[in-house]
Amino acid sequence: MPDLLDPLFLARLQFAFTVSAHIVFPAFSIGLASYLAVLEALWLWTRDNAYLKVFDYWKVIFAVTFGMGVVSGIVMSYQFGTNWSVFSDKTGPVLGPLMGYEVLSAFFLEAGFLGVMLFGFDRVGRRLHFFATLMVAAGTLFSAFWILSVNSWMQTPQGHDVNEVGQFVPADWWEVIFNPSFPYRLVHMVLAAYLTTAFVVGGVGAWHLLRDNRDRGARIMFSMAMWMALIVAPLQVVAGDFHGLNTLEHQPAKIAAMEGHYETRRGAPLILFGLPDDTAEETRFAVEIPKLGSMILTHDWNGEVKGLKAWPREDRPPAEVVFWSFRVMVALGLAMAAVGLWSGLRRLQGRLFDGRWLPWTVVAMTPSGFVAVIAGWITTEVGRQPWTVYGLLRTAESVSPIEAAAVGSSLTAFVAVYFAVFGAGVFYILRLMARPPGAGIEYGIGPTRAAGIMPGPAVGRRAAPPPQPEPGKGG
Amino acid sequence: MTIDLAFIWAGLIAFAILAYVVLDGFDLGVGILFPSLRTRQERDLAMNSVAPVWDGNETWLVLGGGGLYAVFPLAYATVLPALYAPLVAMLIGLIFRGVSFEFRWRTQRGRFLWDWGFAGGSILAAFAQGVTLGALVQGIEVVDRAYAGGWWDWLTPFSAVTGVALVVGYALLGSTWLVMKTRGNLRAHAQNVARRAGAVTLLLIAGISVATPYLNPAYLVRWFSGTTAAFSVVVPMLVVMCAWHLYRGLADDRDAQPFLAALGLFVLCYAGIGISFYPYMVPPSLTIWDAAAPDESLAFLLVGAVVLLPIILAYSAYAYWIFRGKVDPSEGYH
Ligand code: HDD
Ligand code: HEM
Ligand code: HEM
Repeated sequence: MPDLLDPLFLARLQFAFTVSAHIVFPAFSIGLASYLAVLEALWLWTRDNAYLKVFDYWKVIFAVTFGMGVVSGIVMSYQFGTNWSVFSDKTGPVLGPLMGYEVLSAFFLEAGFLGVMLFGFDRVGRRLHFFATLMVAAGTLFSAFWILSVNSWMQTPQGHDVNEVGQFVPADWWEVIFNPSFPYRLVHMVLAAYLTTAFVVGGVGAWHLLRDNRDRGARIMFSMAMWMALIVAPLQVVAGDFHGLNTLEHQPAKIAAMEGHYETRRGAPLILFGLPDDTAEETRFAVEIPKLGSMILTHDWNGEVKGLKAWPREDRPPAEVVFWSFRVMVALGLAMAAVGLWSGLRRLQGRLFDGRWLPWTVVAMTPSGFVAVIAGWITTEVGRQPWTVYGLLRTAESVSPIEAAAVGSSLTAFVAVYFAVFGAGVFYILRLMARPPGAGIEYGIGPTRAAGIMPGPAVGRRAAPPPQPEPGKGG
Repeated sequence: MTIDLAFIWAGLIAFAILAYVVLDGFDLGVGILFPSLRTRQERDLAMNSVAPVWDGNETWLVLGGGGLYAVFPLAYATVLPALYAPLVAMLIGLIFRGVSFEFRWRTQRGRFLWDWGFAGGSILAAFAQGVTLGALVQGIEVVDRAYAGGWWDWLTPFSAVTGVALVVGYALLGSTWLVMKTRGNLRAHAQNVARRAGAVTLLLIAGISVATPYLNPAYLVRWFSGTTAAFSVVVPMLVVMCAWHLYRGLADDRDAQPFLAALGLFVLCYAGIGISFYPYMVPPSLTIWDAAAPDESLAFLLVGAVVLLPIILAYSAYAYWIFRGKVDPSEGYH
């Protein structure tokens, strides 16, 4: 039973809470930044103002998301020191420089060009503005590169020595950065961010298509998002499979927990559902497909798959959590791929924008990316317990010498503030998404219908519609 | 004085923190002044004057914190737990004010909430930073590579005064920034505030400077004997010069001069602290060399810093250049 007076437990809870809140924003803004760059490129290339309308529409939403990503990220970078000081002292020489590179190459780039992208449209030329948008997008990707390298090193450490005071010190930077799980994690996470964004953009497009399926902006959004789903969702399933095989090689206990296997066997089944029980060391009520587990993991019907009992109890991750979080992610991944295929068929029939079933399904799946991302990270992070640096440094040994009262009260404060502030932010974003994109009626550059229709704050100062679509001014 | 990687990095981190203090200082200062702005239009203008640059300014804080983790991990691992409460308070303040930049424009009914969030968050963050600084000057006890003091050690009359001093000091930076960036009533108001904040800032600087040497005998020695004692003459003289320029600039209705003079004050105070601290990173426990990561780590990140920092400075300066001049009331993308 978790002990609410145990600083270790509280510190873990606080880390899990704050990082889960943080990842929601980057997962969206990594994808959205690239999407904005594509939209602006399409506008510059085709000179079709509809793309600019869609760009402006998402730009405002991006600004709100990004702001929340920044402030929740700053909390993360200080939390390593406040709550995990032993970890910080020991890993600083190896991980610190990677995070330093993240600040220098990613955060400054994003922040420096964000102002130009949001506020500079009338002050710089079109090309320069596009350049700023590209830099913001590049910044978000560099950020993912470095932070995932850091995380992956903690999962699959290599390229280091240990010095006389017990710090990890770098021996080979290349090996540290490109550690064995990093390429898989990077690909999987970036695809995840793109899918998350695709389903949000698609969901918003679908919602407005259901209102008026001639809405040009809604069509652009929906169509682009469905292309992403069609192409990227299957890629993600494949990438996930490779990621899993890599994990099997380096963290077999995590895989055993994900699969709900306690016994080591040849020809292991694939357990679809069941109730893993770590105390009784068995998965009860298992619904299983014989031998498929071995097939997926070893690509051999009779391959041997290790079960959790192969490790001493104190070295096992909790299967009860990981088993389920993994299934949530995979189910959503398969659902996304299915939606992508369905949209492909509708497109072939030339009826992508007709009918109501597909748009409604996409509306329902709007948050699916966020859920999958968090489920995926829970699998990854809980699955590597009880280590912070896999096999080398235990979570219990990483924590700061802090009092439960200090962690407990800061945790309470963070929970209260995050719910209030980010709750409000999500509400504003939803309200922004309720604006019809209205980039003109189908295929013509019609009048700008969006402006002025919705009363109230969402359209703010644009209440009076300009005669021509005016570039560069968002909601 | 040995010039090696650790020394260079101490200088770079010091630069990052100074950059943070003066840059985020003026935008936090604008937040601190928010409650004194009467009309909605004034608040809009004040916020728009910093909206395009605040995120870049705050990134220096991430560089300061992240850089410390990378190159002085032991300092990071001892200072942060020691200053737990003020740092958490600072983070919470930064959350409120950071999101207010966007949230404020997204609602009509709730706007006053985010006006308060912007002001309250800025004040809380500034005060917490001042307390942090004061607590660091007082010293942090380290035993066996871990913080060894109590949970409330940071809270003393001295750190409370440094907290207030930073709030007032940021208000000075913010008001002189507004003098530079705005016109009309708002500018006149900012000039008034700058006069008062300037006076209080100077008083507090004097008080804190007198108190500091008595906190730690090493500071006393540093300031009143040996070659460094020369600074005790030079630095106060420079402070007086900056103060003169500040008031002269305000009296002559100059745009940039008051802001530059206020920046000068900050740089001098910061230099003063640096002189007191050296060679300590975490007085009185850890020197720069005790806290430094191994040379391979320092060298690896230094390559990046040497290449990227000039580029960062160039494009940041360019962003300021794009938004130069007075803020135009009709502009802003909202
Ligand atoms: C839109 C998000 C999304 C979707 C649809 C999927 N994943 Fe995933 N998954 C992630 C988002 C994610 C993630 C959040 O990005 C994780 C967490 C850490 C990481 O590297 O990626 C992750 C981790 C993760 C791991 C853990 C690796 C480790 O910790 O060592 C495995 C084995 C998979 N995924 C496999 C899959 C499979 C087989 C999927 C499809 C059927 C799948 N994922 C869909
Ligand atoms: C952003 C997505 C992430 C999410 C949602 C996430 C989630 C979690 C969760 C749920 C835990 C708690 C596991 C447990 O204690 O049982 C955890 C632990 C941890 N994570 Fe992550 N994580 C993420 C990314 C990262 C990254 C990028 C890093 C490193 C740079 C990291 C470092 C850690 C550390 C040091 C712990 C140990 C603390 C602990 O075990 O509680 N995480 N994470
Ligand atoms: C524990 C781990 C993490 C830490 C310490 C951390 C730290 C930070 C910090 C300090 C910022 C603000 C930067 C600024 O001032 O502009 C930030 C923003 C950001 N982070 Fe994280 N982060 C973590 C996990 C992640 C993960 C897992 C990802 C993605 C894979 C990610 C991607 C981003 C991105 C793209 C931004 C830009 C802001 C945004 O997009 O909303 N971070 N992070």
